[in-house]
Amino acid sequence: MHENPPTPILEDAEVLRQDLWPGGYHLLELRAAGIASRVQPGQFVHLRLFAPADLVLRRPFSVFQADGEALRLLYKVVGRGTEAMTRLRAGEGVSLLGPLGRGFPPPARGVLPVLVAGGYGAAALYLQAAACPQPGWAFVGGAGAEDVLCTADFERLGWTVRIATEDGSLGVEGQVTLPLDEFLFDRARPSPIELFACGPDGLLQAVAERARRHDVRAWISMDRRMGCGVGACLTCVQKVRAPDGSGVWARVCKEGPVFDAADVVWEAEP
Amino acid sequence: MREAPHPGGGDARGDPDLSVVLGSLRLRNPVMTASGTFGYGPEYADLVDFEKLGAIVVKGISLEPWGGNPPPRMVEVVGGLINAIGLQNPGVEGFLREYLPFLRGFATPIIVNIWGRTAEEYAAVARRLDGVEGVAALEINVSCPNIKEGSKLFGTDLDAFRRVLEAVRAATRLPLMPKLAPNVSDIGAFARAAEDGGADAVSLINSVPAMAVDVETRRPRLANVTGGLTGPAIRPMAVKLVWEAARATRLPVVGMGGISEAEHAAEFLIVGASAVAVGTATFADPRAAVRVAEGLRGLLRRLGLASIRELIGSLRP
Repeated sequence: MHENPPTPILEDAEVLRQDLWPGGYHLLELRAAGIASRVQPGQFVHLRLFAPADLVLRRPFSVFQADGEALRLLYKVVGRGTEAMTRLRAGEGVSLLGPLGRGFPPPARGVLPVLVAGGYGAAALYLQAAACPQPGWAFVGGAGAEDVLCTADFERLGWTVRIATEDGSLGVEGQVTLPLDEFLFDRARPSPIELFACGPDGLLQAVAERARRHDVRAWISMDRRMGCGVGACLTCVQKVRAPDGSGVWARVCKEGPVFDAADVVWEAEP
Repeated sequence: MREAPHPGGGDARGDPDLSVVLGSLRLRNPVMTASGTFGYGPEYADLVDFEKLGAIVVKGISLEPWGGNPPPRMVEVVGGLINAIGLQNPGVEGFLREYLPFLRGFATPIIVNIWGRTAEEYAAVARRLDGVEGVAALEINVSCPNIKEGSKLFGTDLDAFRRVLEAVRAATRLPLMPKLAPNVSDIGAFARAAEDGGADAVSLINSVPAMAVDVETRRPRLANVTGGLTGPAIRPMAVKLVWEAARATRLPVVGMGGISEAEHAAEFLIVGASAVAVGTATFADPRAAVRVAEGLRGLLRRLGLASIRELIGSLRP
């Protein structure tokens, strides 16, 4: 992970545009020059809406793209906050706190980067793909064709893209681990490789298992319900292995959101 | 900094005086951070000018490190949030080693919130902090929902409350400020017990016991099942309880509950609080406490008052 994340700032951002994509995904483009110029791959911003007034928490979003003064976020409605976000129009304002957290480590030369994305988790991987010295492979999955996101962006960067959908409407039918496994077990595949993943916990755990089995390093970006975003409130904790082997709480907003998959302690499903 | 040595002090241009006295503490302004919402300081150091705060109240400290509750630990509800962090903290030695040296670098009083599972544990933390440079006062957390003595909550049982205060009072010369629970039938009785037990101030309200359920899964939204409600939703309740507490005791009262604007702080001051704390609002706006303090200056000008002390307890019939 980046040892020295940039100092976060509070920035008033202006909505430049908002597009609705198929599948209910929203692309929100904001003018936020300060954060856009500092953000490292895998970092997030904590977004505050000014309406409705009774929302007391910010919402965390991984940065999808940063381009000059513009910052792009990709999200889906999951509650009242994201529902209200869909009503943002060009010219309106939001407050951003960021860039926050520790992102992905700088890609190493001579190591093939391999991305594994589930749903809008793909957005959190774009900046990392763009920062890689050479293009790699991107495994992108979703429930249906509309949930397979950012593949054109990865292809534009010269990446080899493999797609899986659970309903079989695009690419291989099944979970994204299906084409990933085919790749990992292929004796003719390039080596060494390094995995970078973002998506639902089930996917991240599956990636962590494969990383262990194939003895490769995997970095996973985790999504947790968050309070302050700066490490003060201890809401977004995740159990990780301390150097002595014991389980300790890590703050996803501060020590994460990107973790070495080998460090994460997975809880059994309730 | 231009405003030293008393940034809150009035000056020849008629700048209102924001400084308040809290027992033996003099604060440059009446706005402090609420325990549990400001971490131990470093978390917000990049974003907030600590020297514009009246005081910093750090997250609760216990004798030994404490892991807290499993997640989910927080859920947003209409007008507030419910938390069940479970008092996770590095323990008193961890605090002294990792955080206090940093906090000493600021000319802002540091109030340490303490808790224990027994009266003796409270006293042990207080004893360890007694005489430590950089600790200005102790806030005694008797009202967090998951600290119990047997089945009784220290914050809602008057005898248990007295025992904790007695033990802590005997363990330290530091100014003491018990933080009162809102869910009691007579808040005045607790304020009076604080005064009788040698406290120097009281703070209130702590979070309000609360619960939320996910209807789809029919599961509690918090792993701990219940938690404490904070934020704008509790403010009118908090104002009423502060009003009652301030009338029941001569001790200074620190009022809190849903403050995010200077006008909210002024409500608490008018009903008798000598100072206030900003908590949940910091999550949305890290500079909320500073903004409230600066807003009070403008509010005093608007009301034609030269000092914040003219506002305190000025409720009209």
